[in-house]
Order: sequence, then structure tokens, then C-alpha cells
Amino acid sequence: MHELIDYIQSYLDPRVTTTPGAAGNIFWATVYILLVFGGLSVAVIAMNWLERKILAHMQVRLGPMRVGPHGLLQPIADAIKLLLKEDIIPAGADAFIFWIAPFMVVLAAFTVFVVVPFGPTHAITDMNIGILFMLGVSSLSVLGIVMAGWASNSHYPLIGALRSSAQMVSYEVAMGLAVLSVILLTSLQGSGLGLYGIGAANPQAYGTLSMIGIVQAQQEQGVWFIFKFFPLGLIGFFIFAIAMVAETNRAPFDLPEAESELTAGFHTEYSGFRWSLFFLAEYSAMIAVSSIAVALWLGGWLRPFPNALSGSTWDLAFSLVPGISFLLLAAMCFYNVARMPKHPLFKIQTMGLAGFGAVLGLIGLVMFIPAVRDRVNDIFWFAAKVAGFMYLYIWYRGTFPRYRFDQLMKVGWKILLPLGLALLILTAAMGMRTELWAQFQEVVHGL
Amino acid sequence: MNPVATPFFFYLLAGTMIVGGILVITRKNAVHSALALITTLLAQAALYLMLYAPFVAGVQIILYAGGIMVLFLFVIMLISIERAAKERQFNKQWLVGIVAAAALGGLFITIYTTTTKGKELFPEGRMTYGESQNTQQIAALLFDRGAGQYMFAFEIASLLLLVAIIGAVVMAKKRI
Repeated sequence: MHELIDYIQSYLDPRVTTTPGAAGNIFWATVYILLVFGGLSVAVIAMNWLERKILAHMQVRLGPMRVGPHGLLQPIADAIKLLLKEDIIPAGADAFIFWIAPFMVVLAAFTVFVVVPFGPTHAITDMNIGILFMLGVSSLSVLGIVMAGWASNSHYPLIGALRSSAQMVSYEVAMGLAVLSVILLTSLQGSGLGLYGIGAANPQAYGTLSMIGIVQAQQEQGVWFIFKFFPLGLIGFFIFAIAMVAETNRAPFDLPEAESELTAGFHTEYSGFRWSLFFLAEYSAMIAVSSIAVALWLGGWLRPFPNALSGSTWDLAFSLVPGISFLLLAAMCFYNVARMPKHPLFKIQTMGLAGFGAVLGLIGLVMFIPAVRDRVNDIFWFAAKVAGFMYLYIWYRGTFPRYRFDQLMKVGWKILLPLGLALLILTAAMGMRTELWAQFQEVVHGL
Repeated sequence: MNPVATPFFFYLLAGTMIVGGILVITRKNAVHSALALITTLLAQAALYLMLYAPFVAGVQIILYAGGIMVLFLFVIMLISIERAAKERQFNKQWLVGIVAAAALGGLFITIYTTTTKGKELFPEGRMTYGESQNTQQIAALLFDRGAGQYMFAFEIASLLLLVAIIGAVVMAKKRI
């Protein structure tokens, strides 16, 4: 028993600066897996509510208002409804593949979170092939979609699956090129060294595919890759930002489930629990690709304005932001408690909202404790950046009309792909420019 | 920390691969065959991981399981299942096939057991790179000025792929 406690505490030693996976600590790795899984589920539930609310407000509607105060309990009501619904497998369907397809999609969507870096030590594990693993495993979800579409033995799902596979294979190429340019940038470490660490004592130590390594490279270079070699980093980010929307089958690239043409696309024949698995997978895939974008271009867990607002005072100020933002949310809740109708029918709702606000406020207060503050800060910034992307997803859906299929292919192959190739070449050239300049200076000093 | 690459996992993965491979040729439904092939390829990726080659495993997943098999399925989905089920599954070349497979298997066994000048071709302590530097080591083997041995072979292979791409475009498109 004592050994077990020692084993558990050994990871909490402040000298341990690796992820639980890298430290080989099975207990903490399991805890992290459960935390990520739970946090992800909560995030998906929150996204369900937020998407309806934000979309409704964009269209000057109220959105869900009935279940709970401001419809806060709507996702839970939906979940209960979906779980109680009859699970239908069509008579002509290929039962086994129909049964296994949603699990395949969910598996692919959740497995990628193994390497998502919420902080320098806050990831389940760190792999040498991190970004490759994320892209590879998330590309497996298209297999699940194709299986679902084919096994349904129905026209709409089949066409949806065909569109989906064509779309995902096309945009993966552009996405990969944008990612490659970032991987080139990670090898630009130190001031005088060029691409691939040419001229360094140990060139193989430069450049990395590891998600944590990529964020640390941004930290060492003192610049987020979106601003690196302006505007090259920005272009790469935009290519990825477009491709990632297409990869997750979201508006305006939601042709695989275009309601007006294909009823619901590849999951037309699914109902109840199995349908909700597709829903879960779609949203967690959105969070996964957003976290790739955040880690690769937006500095991952690093706080904003590291250069302009540096120094210990600003560090302290930024470390208070998580607590303050939770307190603001709590204040919003209490403001709405005050605005609730005073009718006795609304008594329970008002009390519930006040309770929710109290919980948020309590979380905010806990985040002011220095020990908690230090450990939660990086997770907060990462989550906040990802949340920004989630808002963009909803915004796109509220704004853009759907692409036609030929337009979709044209954007993918004729615009993003050449742009990505040009970007890759230019990034490499810019990297070599630094190296050549350093060599030139050496020669000058020699004279 | 104990190594994960235990014999149990090797036999599990090898068993999965063999079962998957058998299912590929025995299923009448082409989609089922393709899915069995995906299982085989994923198990193969896991075997690469056991050999401490995470980069190769990642490429295996992203290219074969994620890319090529999706295109396979894309084509197979459009085949009429009813007609395909009526087709004869095996042609009359099974005898030749068995002979070829047996010859290849024999070759593998011979190579593995041969010793030249008292040295095995596959020594027990083969060269392994640390997992944390695997990708960089592969890059060095391919491209490094000093240690790079395989650059020419790599470029030849990529040229072959380019030829295949151009050939596909020429065949598919009537008017270029």
C-alpha cells in the first residue's frame, strides 16, 4: 500500500517535467485519460448548447429556452431522448458493419487526444511522431463514415459517404502541406542557425514532429508560428483553417450531410444511441483539429502577448485571467438570476441558475489559489484558444452558404494545393536565408 | 520501466494479421475484404511500433489505412454486390499460387537461418534507434551529407511514383 502511494506521488515531484506517458506512470496516465475523456464530453455537451444558442442569436431567435434556465439543460434532455430511442438497423443493411461504423468514428476522434498538448506536462503522452499520429488517426474516421454510408444500403448515405471520402482525401493534401511548413519552422532554433540546424553540433536534435516540441519551439523562438516569416505563417494558418473545416464536414463544406440534398448524408439511417455517437465524434473531431491549429500556429498553451507584455507583473496579471473569466461567467449568471421573471413558476429555474452561477464562481475562486493557478494556467489558455475556433465554426455555419461539389474540389486542388506547395518552398527558402546570412557574417568577421 | 514489446503482443498482432489476411481472400463481399485488409494493415503498423519504428508506423497508418484503403473502398462501394457474389471466387491458378507462396516462404526461412562465416544475416542485436529520435534518424539516413546512404534509392522511388501519377492522368483524361 505504501509503495502504491509512493508510486502515485513520484509523478507529483516538481522535478518531473514530462507527461505521465513519458514518465511511464500508469496511474497518472489513466487519470489523465479519464480527465481528457470527461472534459471532452463536457465540452461536446457545452458545444451542443452553445451552437444552438449562438446560431439562434445570429438569426435573431432565442434558441432553446424551455428546459432549464436559458435552455441550459437542453443537451441533457437531448441525451436522454437519444438514449431512450429505438435503435433501428435497416432490413437491407449489412448489420455488422452498420453496427461497428459509429464506434470506428468515435475511436478515431477520441484517440487523437492522446497527444494533444494542454501544457508542457499536461498531455497524456508525448510522441516523437505526435502530429503525424494526429493526422493519421483522424484520417481513419473517414473509414467509419464510408462504412456507415455503405452499410446502410440506401442511396442518400452512399452518396454522402462518397462525397465525404472524396472531400477528406482532397483536403488532407493541402492540410499536410500547411503542417509541413510548420515542421520546417520548428527546426529554426537558435538565432544563427538555419533550417535543419545546419552548422549545429548535433543537427538531428533540431526539428520535431512532437506536439509539445512544436509549442516549445515557438516558445524558444519567441514567436507564434502564425507570425513567423510574415505573411508566410499566416498563409499556412489560413490553408489549415480552411482545410480543417472541410476535414470535419462542417458548413460551408458540409456536403456529406447536406440536409437539403441528402437528408442527413451518411448517418441518415442511424437513430438513437448510434446517431449520438456520430454527433459526439463530429464535435470531438472539431476540437481535435482546432487543437492542432492552436498547437501549431497559435502557441499552444502559451499566454498571449509574451513579448509586448513581458515581465513578472504581466505574468501575474495573465495568471489571474482564468479565475477572473470564471467570475465573469458567474456574474453573468447572477445578472440573469436578477432578470428572471418573479412568477412562482420560475422559482426552481431561478434557483438552479443561481446554483450554477455559484458553482462557476467557486471554480473561479479556486483558480486564484497560487498552486492551482500555476497548474491550470496553461490548460486555460489552450482551451480558450480552442474555444475561439469553436466559435468560428458556429460563425461559419451562421454565415456562409454551402459550396457546390465542383467548387469544393476546385478550392481544394486548384487553390489550396498550389498555395500550400508555394508556401512550403518559400518557407524553406526563408529558413535558408537566415542560415546564409549567418555564414556571410562569419566570413565578414573572419576578414 | 518494462518494455511494451513483449512476445504476447507480437503473437497477438501477428495472429491478427494472419486472420485478417485469410479473411481478405475468403470473404465473398469485396467491402468485407477491404475492411479485413485495413485490420491487417493496422496490425502491421503496430508491429512497426514494436520494432521501435514509430515514424514508419505513423506513415503506414496515414498512407495505407487512411489514404489508399479509403480510395479502395471508394471504388468498391460502387460495385454491384449481387453480381460480385455470383462470380467465382478462385481461379484455376491456385496450384501456381501455392507453389509461389511456398517458394517465397522457403526463401525467407533459408535467409533467416543461413550463416555466412559464422555470422547470421539477421543478428539478434539489430540496430535500434531510440524512440525519441526515430524520425530524425530516418531523415539522417535518407538525406544527411555524411551518413545518408539511401538518398538515391529514395529519389528513384519518388520518380517511380511521379511516373505512375502522370500515367494515371494520361489514362484517365481524354483531353489534357
